[in-house]
Amino acid sequence: MSVAGDGMAVPGLLNYWVAVGVLVCGLIMVVDSRNMVKKLIGLNLFQSAVFLIFITMGKVSNGSAPILDPAVSTYSNPLPHVLILTAIVVGVATTALGLALVVRIRRAYGTIYEDEIADKPQVEPEIIP
Amino acid sequence: MPNIGLINTVADIGLLAMLAATAVLMMRSQSPLTITILSGIYSLIMCTLFVVLDAVDVAFTEAAVGVGIASILILCVIKHKDEPNLQSAWPSGLSICLGLGVGVLAVLGTADMAMYGDPLAPVHQHLAPRFLGQSPQETGIPNVVTSVLASYRGYDTLGEVVVIFTAGIAVLLLLAGETRADGSGQHKVLTFPAGHSELIANPVLKMVLSRIIPIVILFALYVQFHGDYGPGGGFQAGVIFGAGLITYGLLCGPGKLPGLISEKGVITGMALGVLLYGAVGVSALICGGDFLDYSVLSDSQTAGQHLGIFLIELGVGMTVASTMVSLFISFNRDWG
Repeated sequence: MSVAGDGMAVPGLLNYWVAVGVLVCGLIMVVDSRNMVKKLIGLNLFQSAVFLIFITMGKVSNGSAPILDPAVSTYSNPLPHVLILTAIVVGVATTALGLALVVRIRRAYGTIYEDEIADKPQVEPEIIP
Repeated sequence: MPNIGLINTVADIGLLAMLAATAVLMMRSQSPLTITILSGIYSLIMCTLFVVLDAVDVAFTEAAVGVGIASILILCVIKHKDEPNLQSAWPSGLSICLGLGVGVLAVLGTADMAMYGDPLAPVHQHLAPRFLGQSPQETGIPNVVTSVLASYRGYDTLGEVVVIFTAGIAVLLLLAGETRADGSGQHKVLTFPAGHSELIANPVLKMVLSRIIPIVILFALYVQFHGDYGPGGGFQAGVIFGAGLITYGLLCGPGKLPGLISEKGVITGMALGVLLYGAVGVSALICGGDFLDYSVLSDSQTAGQHLGIFLIELGVGMTVASTMVSLFISFNRDWG
């Protein structure tokens, strides 16, 4: 173990464990919630836990952000950053798609709670423009 | 000299604790409004954590997307009547058991992962040394994240842009304004979010926001065009630019944004961005290279790479910014 307390021993696998904890919270939100907006936010939470796992894998002790500079010799791994950067933007676009479906469901059934949808007739018949 | 490693570790652990606490609060809360606000806080903690983990480009994106756009979109959807009487509760025993089961398996799986920051981890042995070592000669761009995103993994990024475009189109189709035979009802816009009209009447808020918007737009342009040399690029700039326009939409109230930027214009922007990206790829083919091989676009390899990366980042920025604004306009229609 190096002297400079370069932070390898202490966090260890902690980042992954916390990410798993967040992932479980997200999963429970998706499974347990009746509210469809909460389900979507749970899905986001799940997704963001995976992002944390990827970015943690890219970290190199005493490394710097991967922007090349003659004064720096150690860099963190840029590849996970690229993958997650695009995934975040794609994630918000797909979340928006889910929210649009919720808006349509609310319009047809008048509620965003799953159990109420099951025993409600459609408030408004589907309109195909 | 302060001990950077120690500061890093302390920051990492502190942020992880806050992250976990926010996630549990989100899980327990039943109120959509509370969960939305917590999710904004969660994103803010997450993006600080990304900075600690050296992922500055990712932190940028998370800050703009998670804190800004995602929260606004969810606020557009939830309504007062969705608020339950019960504010927070633990989930049912069955879901907790399922969650714990998955969690225990996943934690067992992490036993094979490399320790935090280990430079000898397998993930650092193959592609990363190549990108870090060769990209100055091959692309001449200091920000390795930009050169990997735009050049080495250009196909991948093209795919992502198409996904964003497709999601934007799907939302437009789902929430298209109803056009009646007489052409009325095209721009039926509403009351966003509940109580919004009082919000924009607040002079302090109006004053502050109107001063901030030009700075946000200017910053977006800086992020777009400086992405080769510092953190930033098309994805981040597009989201920040979109956030600036959305703030303008919030400030001026419903219906004003279509006056500034027509819906048709926004959809055109979405398509033009993807087309620009594809056109750069095809130009490389015409100039005798491979698809998306920018080296042939100019006299020298690095000049060609610079030009190609500049153009495709511009395409990405256009598509992302237009999609964000288009999402905001779609969700801002009156759906009762």
